[in-house]
Amino acid sequence: MTTIDKTSSVPSPRGSDDFGGPLLEVRDLHVEFSTRDGVAKAVNGVNYTVSAGETLAVLGESGSGKSVTAQAIMGILDMPPGRIPKGEIFFRGQDMLKMSNDERRKIRGQKIAMIFQDALSSLNPVLSVGYQLGEMFRVHQGLSKKEAKAKAIDLMDRVKIPAAKARVNDYPHQFSGGMRQRIMIAMALALEPDLIIADEPTTALDVTVQAQVMDLLADLQREYNMGLILITHDLGVVADVADKIAVMYAGRIVETAPVHELYKRPAHPYTRGLLDSIPRLDQKGSELYAIKGLPPNLTRIPSGCAFNPRCPKAQDICRTDIPALLPVTERDGGELPGRGSACHFWKETIHG
Amino acid sequence: MGRYVARRLLQMIPVFIGSTLLIFLMMYVLPGDPVRTAMGDQQFDPAIVASIKKDLGLDQPVLLQYWHYMTNLVQGDFGTQISSGREISDVISEAFPVTLRLTLFAFTFVTLVGLGLGIVAGLKPDTLRDRGLLLLTLVLVSMPSFVLGILLQWVALEYGGDTFKATVTDSTNFSELLLPATVLAALSLAYVARLTRTSVAENLRADYMRTAVAKGLPRRRIIGVHLMRNSMIPVVTFLGIEIGNLMTGAIVTESIFNVRGVGIEIYEALLRREGATVVGIASLIVLIYLATSLIVDLLYAVLDPRIRYA
Repeated sequence: MTTIDKTSSVPSPRGSDDFGGPLLEVRDLHVEFSTRDGVAKAVNGVNYTVSAGETLAVLGESGSGKSVTAQAIMGILDMPPGRIPKGEIFFRGQDMLKMSNDERRKIRGQKIAMIFQDALSSLNPVLSVGYQLGEMFRVHQGLSKKEAKAKAIDLMDRVKIPAAKARVNDYPHQFSGGMRQRIMIAMALALEPDLIIADEPTTALDVTVQAQVMDLLADLQREYNMGLILITHDLGVVADVADKIAVMYAGRIVETAPVHELYKRPAHPYTRGLLDSIPRLDQKGSELYAIKGLPPNLTRIPSGCAFNPRCPKAQDICRTDIPALLPVTERDGGELPGRGSACHFWKETIHG
Repeated sequence: MGRYVARRLLQMIPVFIGSTLLIFLMMYVLPGDPVRTAMGDQQFDPAIVASIKKDLGLDQPVLLQYWHYMTNLVQGDFGTQISSGREISDVISEAFPVTLRLTLFAFTFVTLVGLGLGIVAGLKPDTLRDRGLLLLTLVLVSMPSFVLGILLQWVALEYGGDTFKATVTDSTNFSELLLPATVLAALSLAYVARLTRTSVAENLRADYMRTAVAKGLPRRRIIGVHLMRNSMIPVVTFLGIEIGNLMTGAIVTESIFNVRGVGIEIYEALLRREGATVVGIASLIVLIYLATSLIVDLLYAVLDPRIRYA
């Protein structure tokens, strides 16, 4: 009933591949969806890399294409209506978009795993958590039901679910929100993948639980030296755990930077807007800044820089020319490693 | 759970009493009476009619008649038919297996074909095969069973040869039951197919399905375990209720195809104003209804762990 690949059931020791490049490299990825109102261009040329042990935070509003990019990497886009007209996604040097369905399926869960936002709806309501966790071992490693259940209990212990043994036969709705998200994490972690994509893992949780879950995720990532893509719109979550940040707007990366650099000196007006709209205690009483307008309709992205209708610094050139993601340097031309901005006026933004 | 079942079983008692009383009263208010009907067109001395009625206890107030009937019933005595003099329990035990066979045949048909069509369409919503199913179910739903029955009968007579018989002479022969079972199944089948199709198509878009794909599970497992377990919940509920509906639907189908089941018996008893027979068969169907709905409710909790009865 289930296909079990004996050769891939032994997890390869991490980093033993002769491939020396980054774990994951996304190159010029485009994703579109056919809708009733025309073609929605959700992702328009995204590039990023993630290495083992590194955390990349992808930041952006709803509809900025951050989740769609992740789904494309995972291979779980609905196609149709989705389509990938252009781009490459290299995992350990191999383009996943050129692989057969079966090859991709074996990577999913085993090499790249995903944590979803809403654990209640993302877990199957009619199957026990033990079954859903154990399924990973049964399908990918061919373990028996009993062995898989023992492994599931181990996993639940590892993500610090109390009384794992007693709760392994419980159903998702019998757990609290935080515990459910831990189960999602455990499921992603089951086969010790090389890369985990966490799509807003804490959005549905309250603040104290958010911190616990993020800490757990960061600990486990360190322990297994995994690459992590953290998709979020929560700037607070990012600051604690990420190594580098990519800010997305209308399907493009508008700024990349090491995490603390970005907070200190944003090089794109959109990033600046995001940072300014964080409520601050020392500015109590004054009006909270908000970026004007709404994110663009993806079927009719504005010409030039997609952010131009909302940008306080927009000039004529912004309405005609699409700015490329160019390296950002110090005022004297000194290099700023890992920094880039897709703004015609990045110099004025960072230094002005 | 045990308490829940006990409570449901207790609730059956008033429902049973209420439904039998209703049928009993309806039989009573129908014009005509069994004694006169049994005598046919012959003119009889009203005094004789009255004396026979007195012997049968039909001159008593209706509630008293009902009381006598029920006290006999709980002792297992269904009474005797007035015109034929047969024990009603004999009539039932002869006709009931026939209807049961027909119903179960139709039910199997509904389950296999209805589920099959629904799954096939639901897995590819809004495609040609989905639209095709919609059209087919629309036709089946809008066609009354006697129209479909007579149509199939005509087809069987014209082209059926020896395999398809227009009327049933031997109800233990399943090939003879094929046509009535098809007619009986048609409406339920259409509903089951639509319900399955909707349920499958809806669950296909659920978040946990995305998770199952992201886990790297093979498609067969995603569909067979993750999708089906969830999609079957409403369908199983519906199927349980349909057993009862099929039994009542059998009444019409049986008379078209001349199947000697409870349908024909209840129909003929109605014409002869045999109250005891009608109430006896009807209350049996009521009991089956109640039992299946209890089983369905319990099954619901088995299928969906979020439902718990206390």
